[in-house]
Amino acid sequence: MPAKVPVTLTVNGRSRSADVEPRTLLVHFLRESLNLTGTKIGCDTSQCGACVVRMNGVTVKSCTAFAVQADGADIITIEGLAPDGNLTAVQEAFWNHHGLQCGYCTAGMIMSVTEIIARNPNPSAADVRAGLEGNMCRCTGYNNIVRAALAAAAAPHAADAKA
Amino acid sequence: MTTRIFGSGIRRREDPRLITGQAAYTDDIKLTGMVHAAILRSPHAHARISGISVDAAQAAPGVLAVYTGADIADTLNPIPCAWVIPDSDLKAVAYPAIASDVVRYVGDAVAVVVAENRYQAEDALELIEVNYAPLPAVINPEDAMGDGAPQLHDDAPGNQAFHWVAAGGDTDAAFANAAITVRETIHQQKLIPNPMETRSAIASWSPAMGELTIWNTTQNPHIARFVTCLVTGVPEHKIRIIAPEVGGGFGAKIAVYPWEMIAAFCSMRLGVPVKWTETRTENYIATTHGRDHVEYVEMAADADGKVAAVRSVVYAGMGAYLSTAAPGIPTILHGLMYSGPYDIPNIKADIYGVFTNSTPVEAYRGAGRPEATFLLERLMDKVADAVGIDAVAVRRRNLIEPFDNNRDVAIGITYDSGNYGDALEQLLGHIGYDDFRQAQSHERAHHTYRGIGIACYCEICGLGPSQVAGAVGFGGGLWESATVRIYATGKVNVFIGTSPHGQGEETTFAQIVADEIGVDVDDVEVVHGDTDTTPMGWGTYGSRTTVVGGAAVALTMRKLRDKARVIAAHLLEADAADIEYADGKFFVRGAPDRAQTIQDIALQANVAWNLPAGIEPGMEASTYYDPPNFSYPFGAHAAIVSVDPDNGHITLDRYVAVDDCGPQINPMIVEGQVHGGVVQGAGQALWEGAVYDDSGQLLTGSMMDYAIPRAHLVPDIEVHSTVTPSPHNPLGVKGIGETGTIASTAAIYSAVMDALKPLGVTQLDMPLTPERVWRAIQASGHSHGNGSGHHHGNGHGHSHDHGHGH
Repeated sequence: MPAKVPVTLTVNGRSRSADVEPRTLLVHFLRESLNLTGTKIGCDTSQCGACVVRMNGVTVKSCTAFAVQADGADIITIEGLAPDGNLTAVQEAFWNHHGLQCGYCTAGMIMSVTEIIARNPNPSAADVRAGLEGNMCRCTGYNNIVRAALAAAAAPHAADAKA
Repeated sequence: MTTRIFGSGIRRREDPRLITGQAAYTDDIKLTGMVHAAILRSPHAHARISGISVDAAQAAPGVLAVYTGADIADTLNPIPCAWVIPDSDLKAVAYPAIASDVVRYVGDAVAVVVAENRYQAEDALELIEVNYAPLPAVINPEDAMGDGAPQLHDDAPGNQAFHWVAAGGDTDAAFANAAITVRETIHQQKLIPNPMETRSAIASWSPAMGELTIWNTTQNPHIARFVTCLVTGVPEHKIRIIAPEVGGGFGAKIAVYPWEMIAAFCSMRLGVPVKWTETRTENYIATTHGRDHVEYVEMAADADGKVAAVRSVVYAGMGAYLSTAAPGIPTILHGLMYSGPYDIPNIKADIYGVFTNSTPVEAYRGAGRPEATFLLERLMDKVADAVGIDAVAVRRRNLIEPFDNNRDVAIGITYDSGNYGDALEQLLGHIGYDDFRQAQSHERAHHTYRGIGIACYCEICGLGPSQVAGAVGFGGGLWESATVRIYATGKVNVFIGTSPHGQGEETTFAQIVADEIGVDVDDVEVVHGDTDTTPMGWGTYGSRTTVVGGAAVALTMRKLRDKARVIAAHLLEADAADIEYADGKFFVRGAPDRAQTIQDIALQANVAWNLPAGIEPGMEASTYYDPPNFSYPFGAHAAIVSVDPDNGHITLDRYVAVDDCGPQINPMIVEGQVHGGVVQGAGQALWEGAVYDDSGQLLTGSMMDYAIPRAHLVPDIEVHSTVTPSPHNPLGVKGIGETGTIASTAAIYSAVMDALKPLGVTQLDMPLTPERVWRAIQASGHSHGNGSGHHHGNGHGHSHDHGHGH
């Protein structure tokens, strides 16, 4: 078995260190080592987007990165969006517009929508749909996810979403 | 004037934990000392196992144990099928949790490794050596019944799992005398449900207490307890099933699978909690599939398009074994719905259940009713063409007249209430049907190919009553229960036997409570999913949770209101008959100022210092509700599509739904159910399908190869409704969880065929991939342009048009 490798990264504003097998996926590190289980695993082929987190300011699929690749990185997960309990505009919009049903894709959806709005503060429905091509939902038909994204972009405190 | 909480589209009470990452699904849960199981699965669709060596795996780092079929044989009973259709010669073949002599599909379990962590368990799987002697495999259910087909089970000759016939009227005579007969061969392709959460279980055995607890991604924890008892032999009262947060099911989490039984076995042997979580790729072969029919269907009509009869011969693939509820799907939930919303006097359903070398089939959203709707709507379109009338005209001619209390149909069931024509007419207005037809005729002249498809439906859901369940061979009841407890502080817990997993009943049931007894909806918490803390119930499937479980909640609240009225009378020194109730307050008629609130009364009931004679302390009541009939929601859906004849690409331009589920408790949640259902049905029409090669390998074995609808492929779904209460339900409600899927596959397919009409294409199998459509256009000889279009061929015939790799 390969030797373990030390990694140190900042997750939701807190410095975390651990020794990991080089093959450890970032999503497994977050979920198993750090107990941050809000980030989900929905596939093993990088299709579904349930595992999306923000790494150094951009969204990544944490099932497609090794923990060692995140050494030194700054990671935000769903748990880190509203650490003080004040929901972001995107979280609030998902709630207000019934943008989730079973909730399993929701962390990844919220992370991706947050980035879509950060990149394009005034997206069209088509922009949102194109931006969500890498996030799958089986419950909502995407209808209310798109509505939530548009509402979040239009919300007065949408800039908060950029965190 | 306050807004009534019943009927308000309030935001969901379960969402805060879900939008912040705080919800705990099964795989999120860790127990002290927990270890991890991984299952070795057969790579062959059909093979005899001639030897198996686990020594190297057993010696691998972190491995605690390796078990094979021989190890479990004396401990785990075979997995039972719970829906044994009477008078169908059903073959309840042995379904071992781990195969020991023959594997019958790619995914059949061969061994299990338990290790300190998941990575170690999966590493050790690769060290197990199995000698297989491959056998020929069969995948297509009609082929499986043919002469010389490979035989799966010695006790199921010809691979026939069952044969069921239902009929009403004289179908043969109707066909013999018909002016018009149309027929179709329909392949209801095998579908893979793909809830976003794969299946997972943690089994924890307490040797000291002889108690087994399983955290389980299930839609029906109480059924899971019952079956776990049968398989493991642990007494039912010593088994606790917990369905924590469950990430969607769509039918795939109804079955009690071998896998959680294997986890239970491992925990019982090792004395530590054992977690098993499937990968998505494993989910594609190990979690149940849906549909898989080959259907020969016919409809007879008079020269005006009035339908006289419908009949079928259906070969319904069951997969390699009979999953928990599988036999009931193509029979009770399909064959009995051949009248749909139409007045059809003669009906015959002739259904074969067939074993094939593929993953077992179970309920998948709609479960039998999408297939019934599809064949009726397809045949209606063909009758319209044969008569030379419009698709809408033929439906108007055949829809059942409005009725508000019971209507028998020829196949022998009784619909509750319906106004099918109203739904259709409203739909036509919303989508602008006549305008579309006008525009379409101009467009066709300019080689632009758009089509419109209409699907009218009526479906059976809200499953019970239990007496009928027993009569049709369902191995359990179909009632539901609720216990409601109002505390001294006036806060309310609702304990329910059903087990929602995304449908929002923590909100809608709180709305029922708030509406019935006047408490604030935020003062109500709904508890579900744990067999130790909730009363018995049969689970969430068949769009039954609100219809049956919601009724149990409402009736319980009415019991509590009656009790509160008696206590209020005592406190107000009045006769109970003089007590009125309004908005959470009880008062003597004409004196609303001196009222006792439900909170006042709950306090008195709980402390019991001053209760009237004969009234028990506490403010708690229970109801076990068995419905007198099923519920029959209905509606009409329309799709508009564009087809690019140069490359066969289909664009879903518009989709309009009109559904009637009776009074809506929360319209926002109802709409959400329709949105999701419609898109799931669109998946079957346009993109999805399990594709196997001749050896039985699943070629669409991951999310890269199996095309789930994505956001950019679907339009905004336009949702409307009509309201026809069910006469027998205390709330008047009908189910809404499956209607979208039941209608949309047929509507979208019909729209595509309408678009292709001028191009001479008359028959296509689903999914309607660009390659299939393009080839059909080429074959018809009606194609335009230079024919060099974009090439989408991939050699397998399955859908790759999503683009993959992100």
